[in-house]
Amino acid sequence: MMSLEFLVASGIGFVSATGIYLILRGRTWPVVLGLSLLGYAVNVFIFAMGRLWQDAAPILSAGGRVADPLPQALVLTAIVIGFATTGFVIEMALRSRHETGTDHVDGQEAGKTPETRDRA
Amino acid sequence: MITEFLSTFFSAHLPVLPVLLPLFTAVVLLLMGDGASAADSHQQVRPTKQRLLSMASVVLGAVFAWRLMTDADAGALTVYPLGGWQAPFGIVLVVDRLSAMMLALTWTIAVPVLWYATAHWDGRGRHFHALFHFQLMGLSGAFITGDLFNLFVFFEILLIASYVLLVHGHGAERFKAGVHYVVLNLAASALFLIGLAIIYGLTGTLNMADLALRVAKLDAEEAVLLKIGAMVLLVVFGLKAAIVPLYMWLPGAYAVASAPVAALFAIMTKVGVYSIIRVHVGIFGEGAGHAALVVEPWLLPVALVTSVMGVLGALAAHSLARLAAYLTVASVGLVLASVGLFTTAALSAALYYMVHSTLVVAALFLLVELIASQRGDAKDKLLPAIPVAQPITLGLMTLLAAASVAGLPPLPGFLGKLMILQSASSSSAHIWVWSVVLGAGFLTLIGLARAGSMVFWNVLPAPPSPTAASSPDSPSFNTRTMAATLGLLALGLMLAVGASPMKRYTDAAAAQLADTSAYADAVLGPLGGAAAETTRPYRGGEGEVILPNAGSGSGDKP
Repeated sequence: MMSLEFLVASGIGFVSATGIYLILRGRTWPVVLGLSLLGYAVNVFIFAMGRLWQDAAPILSAGGRVADPLPQALVLTAIVIGFATTGFVIEMALRSRHETGTDHVDGQEAGKTPETRDRA
Repeated sequence: MITEFLSTFFSAHLPVLPVLLPLFTAVVLLLMGDGASAADSHQQVRPTKQRLLSMASVVLGAVFAWRLMTDADAGALTVYPLGGWQAPFGIVLVVDRLSAMMLALTWTIAVPVLWYATAHWDGRGRHFHALFHFQLMGLSGAFITGDLFNLFVFFEILLIASYVLLVHGHGAERFKAGVHYVVLNLAASALFLIGLAIIYGLTGTLNMADLALRVAKLDAEEAVLLKIGAMVLLVVFGLKAAIVPLYMWLPGAYAVASAPVAALFAIMTKVGVYSIIRVHVGIFGEGAGHAALVVEPWLLPVALVTSVMGVLGALAAHSLARLAAYLTVASVGLVLASVGLFTTAALSAALYYMVHSTLVVAALFLLVELIASQRGDAKDKLLPAIPVAQPITLGLMTLLAAASVAGLPPLPGFLGKLMILQSASSSSAHIWVWSVVLGAGFLTLIGLARAGSMVFWNVLPAPPSPTAASSPDSPSFNTRTMAATLGLLALGLMLAVGASPMKRYTDAAAAQLADTSAYADAVLGPLGGAAAETTRPYRGGEGEVILPNAGSGSGDKP
């Protein structure tokens, strides 16, 4: 029977792989999705670094087993920061689309050279 | 009465002020707005009050930073527990000589750069001053925090501010570079968290002083995983510092950024260098047991290649801004090569050279824009163009900056390189270090000489009427930007004049970094350090948790 650790680790690995694949795409929207997926995988990874617990209290109590509370606090911070940066990168992608006229991450379609591009 | 309160307040809370001051200034600046309504947000605005507040705040911050450096110079290792929670459970700010030096360097560069920006750049977009202060807050926090996760948080603060500052002024080129920059840094942030989580999972702590103690106690099997964590962090810091093969983003981003932003970004690569020193020398240094000197086989070769790639890029650059950006890469390579020797003398040399290169690269970015603004449509491209309006002044400034970057005596760049050469002479890799340092210096000289002769001598006939002096070249623009650039250059020269005290300071800073037990004692106290008995990393399952005083201890702290 598969252990909980194995399942969680495989899940993190699969989501990270999907995220990395999407980050390497050429359009900004898949890249944004990839960054979000990678963020989720990382958040679960941080959480799992406090070990996986069953039947344990989330905070220090008088008796019984307790889960490590620090990774929970860390992951909360990471989620908040990840949320803010995702919002920002979406806005950035939209502005880039507006300024360059394409949603390609290089600001120009592959193989084409827009006339505005200076040869610096 | 009030002076008494102020003096006790400052002596107690000085370490946190370089973080709080820019935070509050930025918030006030946001509340004041920047004088532009939504309808005309792309118009030029002249936010006079905001400029005054912003400048005053930066000068005050510089005073705080220098005061902290004076204290650190006297040997004080200031530990500031945030919220009164003691390390390793709370987050502490630690100001040692290295932190104080980086802090003073940041704020010293910020003053002339902001003054330069007030000439006209701050009106070309929204909220320049507020973002500038958020950036300073992130930089200051990253330099003084004593906690790895807190370092991540301050990294994010400075990065988010830098994302917006990079595209300040708009334009397709800036957004193109901006998207690359943001995506790369977000991916790096994910890696940062992975590295932190691995390290936390193995040691149960993220406090830097505590980590240095606990890393040494791990057995060989766990140390393998720990080394992976350390290498992941090297990748993250390496991306910030722009080392091979992670430097590709830097020339594009820095070259399109507006001049004051690029000058401020000169210190951002140094955040990466600082973090490498803090983590890979301070924590994974010689005393780290099985994980000792984990990056030693990698750092020196990678840094030397970075330096070579930087000067080759500088030789091939088509514009002055890209030239300056590639010189940033080359200087980071030299600094890290010296760090990579892992000796106290080499570290001291690296710190001296880092201060010099930051100042001179920042000056170079400002200078590039001064030159570009007087060359008509050619801007900063290395093409024959109309002659600049002030060939003698700008030419001499370029000569000074170029000679200092290339390392000609008696300029500080020469002293820094000499120190690196000297400290490498006892190393087994000294042939590589010597040839790269000297070769890079020579190629830098060629690149800059080529650029300088192209800009100042290979000129087209002057236009019949001086129409080139267009709108931004109003008299106030010229004098203020010129004075700010000269100020930065002069600061660079001061390093040669004050080389002796500066070298004493960096020597002491390097010695302080090597003395990890004194650092641990100062941060953790004698009992919280090596003698501490705690269940970390907390694996549970090993019996019930025994509370020290079940039931009664819950009322002490919120």
